[in-house]
Amino acid sequence: MTNNTFLGKYRGPWTLLKKEMLRFWRVAFQTVAAPVITALLYLLIFSHVLEGHVQVYDGVPYTAFLIPGLIMMSVLQNAFANSSSSLIQSKVMGNLVFVLLTPLTHFEFFAAFLCAAIIRGLVVGLCIYLGAMWFVDLHVVHPWLIVAFALLGSAVMGTFGIIAGIWADRFDQMAAFQNFIIMPLSFLSGVFYSIHSLPPFWQKVSHLNPFFYMIDGFRYGFFGKGDISPVISLAIVGASFIVLALITLKMLKSGYKLRA
Amino acid sequence: MTPAIQINGIHKNFGNLHALNGIDLTIAQGEFFALLGPNGAGKSTLISILAGLISPTAGNISVMGFDVVNQYQQARQLLGVVPQELVFDPFFNVREMLCFQAGYFGRGPENDAWVDEILEGLGLTDKANTNMRKLSGGMKRRALIAQALAHKPPVIVLDEPTAGVDVELRQMLWEFIKKLNREGHTIILTTHYLEEAEALCSRVGMMKQGEIVALDSTANLLNKFAGKKLRLTLGDVSLPANIQALLRGQERGIYTFALSDMAQIEFVLSALRTANIKVQDMQLSEADLEDVFLSLVGNSAVGKSS
Repeated sequence: MTNNTFLGKYRGPWTLLKKEMLRFWRVAFQTVAAPVITALLYLLIFSHVLEGHVQVYDGVPYTAFLIPGLIMMSVLQNAFANSSSSLIQSKVMGNLVFVLLTPLTHFEFFAAFLCAAIIRGLVVGLCIYLGAMWFVDLHVVHPWLIVAFALLGSAVMGTFGIIAGIWADRFDQMAAFQNFIIMPLSFLSGVFYSIHSLPPFWQKVSHLNPFFYMIDGFRYGFFGKGDISPVISLAIVGASFIVLALITLKMLKSGYKLRA
Repeated sequence: MTPAIQINGIHKNFGNLHALNGIDLTIAQGEFFALLGPNGAGKSTLISILAGLISPTAGNISVMGFDVVNQYQQARQLLGVVPQELVFDPFFNVREMLCFQAGYFGRGPENDAWVDEILEGLGLTDKANTNMRKLSGGMKRRALIAQALAHKPPVIVLDEPTAGVDVELRQMLWEFIKKLNREGHTIILTTHYLEEAEALCSRVGMMKQGEIVALDSTANLLNKFAGKKLRLTLGDVSLPANIQALLRGQERGIYTFALSDMAQIEFVLSALRTANIKVQDMQLSEADLEDVFLSLVGNSAVGKSS
């Protein structure tokens, strides 16, 4: 029965978080190892082809420039994948009913799925960072900016994943979400290049891409250099999270697509 | 005493379809209650509203005095619902699922003994560490029932728990559920095995087209609607008009009549004698819930689930 200890009070959402973490950990080969290998392959190929030919910031080799972008891209994609795939699977399999029958509040539901998404994103990001250390010696100028952007960025994408998971009814709708929204936004956000290298029009377009702020701010933490001020990026990413979180909570509270 | 379930004026519309038309129902604590009705009668819709999976268009339901909408946390804490669909989570084994399910309701390691009791009671002990995906259909059904019981709810709702399961499981399940009922748990059952409802439940509600058409103790319903059942083997004949009203069914020359008292036996037999129809065989039995069900919801309803 519930009791007054911290765990007793929050055992419900903690259990849901634990289940969500175990869910991806049970298939870690697919959910952690695969994205790490993919990112390291990108790193291997792009650094081999472009190292020495391209320099984005003074004194920063291309491989070093590339690593924070790849880490953040993977953090974001995996945070999204965790909440969205868990929800769509539970909906299609029908086992989401086990959670819907419980006294968990919509806020607890949100918090558990969000935290699991953040943790998966951070685990993948950390593994890529450790792997990338073989390639280049990375210095860190502002570690707290790195932590802040990793947390907020994965929170934005974890929340976006919850929205997508609630909205989608079928796997192909989810795949469309991933292939037509998440992938283009993450590839066109300045992972592989500085947006200053783009023509002015595409620079402006890039400023509409939320991924750009997450990646630029995260990279600023490593080099102390970026395309725009990290304070602006942090404000934009933070505001995005608040807006998306409010939308998600409203959807969950109303029971949109989950309760008839 | 606060009723286990109090349903007041529940309406539910899906567009133009009126799935529920003003359901009022009170189920006392400790009852073993059956909710019967043909396909589309609205039983599952009513249970979904009770469980908070669907919101009502009008009316309210409370579980042990807690409103299922405004006080959903308290209401759901007291309620265990076995869904009709055979759903499972393929990532985990049976024991893990039960511990998660109890955990969602705030129950921790102190609940483990109860989890063991459920596993034992439902014959799942050997399968406790087996992944849900690897269980047979019958075992999955047991696990589904076990999950609804994991937080030891005082009010248990079983929505067609024995649909498509073998006799052994049915008996095992009913023994376990009867034990829970003796210990004070309120049980609400929907089933289309009428004999199960008759054997187990002290009170029955019958639904038809979103309304409750009969609500009484099982014994009263059986007395009220049909006292005796007379089965006569007559062959291919045309029945005299004066006994047609008593006819409840006919199949391959066997005619079943519902009789309110013994005197009607002679009435039927004399009508047959007058019409020169020979009785090849005769059986007299007590009416069962199926007869009540037939007389209330019509022939077409039997044998379908909802």
